[in-house]
Amino acid sequence: MKKFTVAVLIIGAFILYSLLYGHANVVAVLPKNSTNSSSSGRGSSTSVVPATPGTTNTPGTPGSLYKDGSYTGSVADAQWGYIQVKAIISNGKITDVQFLQYPNERNRSIMINNYADPQLTSETIAAQSANVDIVTGATDTSQAFIQSLSDALSQAKA
Amino acid sequence: MKQTRLLMGMPITLEVVDPIVSPDDLEKVFAYFVSVDETFSTYKATSEISKINRGELPTAEYSEDMKAILALSEQTKKDTNGYFDIEHDGLYDPAGIVKGWAIQNATDRLKAGGFRNFYIDAGGDISVAGNKDGKLWRIGIRNPFNRSENVKVLALTDRGIATSGTAIRGQHVYDPYNPNMPLLDIVSITVIGPNIYEADRFATAAFAMGKRGIQFIEKLVGFEGYMIDAHARATFTSGFERYVLHS
Repeated sequence: MKKFTVAVLIIGAFILYSLLYGHANVVAVLPKNSTNSSSSGRGSSTSVVPATPGTTNTPGTPGSLYKDGSYTGSVADAQWGYIQVKAIISNGKITDVQFLQYPNERNRSIMINNYADPQLTSETIAAQSANVDIVTGATDTSQAFIQSLSDALSQAKA
Repeated sequence: MKQTRLLMGMPITLEVVDPIVSPDDLEKVFAYFVSVDETFSTYKATSEISKINRGELPTAEYSEDMKAILALSEQTKKDTNGYFDIEHDGLYDPAGIVKGWAIQNATDRLKAGGFRNFYIDAGGDISVAGNKDGKLWRIGIRNPFNRSENVKVLALTDRGIATSGTAIRGQHVYDPYNPNMPLLDIVSITVIGPNIYEADRFATAAFAMGKRGIQFIEKLVGFEGYMIDAHARATFTSGFERYVLHS
């Protein structure tokens, strides 16, 4: 009888422990999963500065449309191949979009991309100070206004 | 001779170096841009495009220019796998193709008038012909993060160069209210093409493609591109370097 009581106590303690441990484990596993899967990105990840620095540990922002975490999008047909992206949300904002799939899976795409991708070069932009005759850049209405005004002022100088 | 006018909501600058040029020649080019605006501006209630969008004009009464623009838009939509589309919510906004087309027509008119050395700059989309004082035209690509700076200086002749992009507003965060545009990490893409019509339409389409835009330009024969992302990284095509001025 004494042995039986001990056995029940041990089993009971084990069940209690495993319930508690199991619960703790679920909590620990969830964020781990999301970071693990992000490593399967294809190296085209671009991180973006969060809009509110200093609140990065807040697990969600009240009133936000999005919950924090990483979300994998569905596979989309982009004519030359498939695209799949993963969005990382922190502080309720999209802070990163990673490409999980890029159009190089299909034969036709490989043919196209073999010509294209290895040729591209990247650099960090830096000022080139040589004199210019004309400037190209994206315009919007306010930019056009600034450009026009500065041109008007340059004419006023002469 | 050089002049700037504010037309079509942007500054248009003409410089003609040939000594035969008269103020009247420049005036004709500006008048042409005014007439294009009268036809294609969606901001003008009286324009042909506004009448079409209100359903007031039967197809049979479209002007030749309107038919041309609609056909070119349809062709460009095919050429860019649907990334270029002037139709949104059932309405036409052909601004993305009219600008380059108009600059190209103005270029052709100046050439027909015997001019060889000039440029036309309409809001940063540029057509260059010949040279200035024996030197190629020098064109800066503006730093989208600092308007007073150029990140590249190019030397061009008889080409078109156009930049499509967004103005940077201080933060590089995606707009969560625009779920259709998750690739706003591309700030601008500059395209050099055989003429301004081609450069402009493909710059617009390539920008809409996001990161893949530069690959699209790489695949096009006779085009080069320089793409700047939100992290101030540039990616450029294999033949781009040959246009960069090395002084």
